[in-house]
Amino acid sequence: MQPRPIALKILDVVSIIVLAISAYLALFFAPTELVMGDVQRVFYFHIGTAWVGLLGFVIAAIAGISYLVTKNMLWDRFEVAAVEVSTVFFFITIVLGSVWARPAWNTWWTWDPRLTTAAVTELIYVAYFMLRTGIEEPEKRARFGAVYTLLGGISAPITFMVIRLFRTIHPIVVGSASGTQEKMGMTGDMKIAFFFALFAFTVIFVDMIWHRLRLSDLQDKVEQLKLKVSM
Amino acid sequence: MSTPDTSYYMNLGYTFFFIVMSIYVASLYIRTRNLKRDLEMLESMQEDENKKKKKS
Repeated sequence: MQPRPIALKILDVVSIIVLAISAYLALFFAPTELVMGDVQRVFYFHIGTAWVGLLGFVIAAIAGISYLVTKNMLWDRFEVAAVEVSTVFFFITIVLGSVWARPAWNTWWTWDPRLTTAAVTELIYVAYFMLRTGIEEPEKRARFGAVYTLLGGISAPITFMVIRLFRTIHPIVVGSASGTQEKMGMTGDMKIAFFFALFAFTVIFVDMIWHRLRLSDLQDKVEQLKLKVSM
Repeated sequence: MSTPDTSYYMNLGYTFFFIVMSIYVASLYIRTRNLKRDLEMLESMQEDENKKKKKS
């Protein structure tokens, strides 16, 4: 396996630094929200992980299309990396949302349209890995994965848009609220913590995708060598 | 109206975040290490086979 490139080493260090800064901004720099108290600080990481989670699902769908067009296995590896990293981030999003909901809504979970679509999206991608492992032939597996992520990718914009299309108790952060919906207002310092969290999680996401891609390359090499040795 | 003390939930959220991230990073590291071992073993097996073929 190729040694870790310098750019990746730098990205690793940058990722740790931006995560530390983002945690500092969220936990100490941003002011305490008067109505919800300290639990509102969870919101910065909740949005940051949601952003990269949904972004990764869309990227996986694009990688799926690219595989179907080019039949290049590199796109399949990229798709797997994007789905795996995004599934982890999106799982964190859902749990952080639930932790926030307990004091805010007095319940850990409710079948609100946003929460339901988020849970369905997560389950779609958990099933993706379970189904992939059931297919032995690499090309068939890649083709299946491409079509699956293409269809699954539709769930990402639906999850994002659902609070704008249906009556929901989930607050709106980006865009304007209508009717009975709650709009989350932020002070200047809160906005700094918010936008920095988006930036930090984008950097961490790229770093993790890169590591996961290298892992896929290694898996491929091992599989090919296994075939050679067994022949 | 006074601000409620919800710091327990904030700590719970951030603890969960760092635990899950640590587990995932560790899983990436362990999987890579295991695959490297497999690769080394397979390469040595292939070398042995090549040597046998040359001898015969």
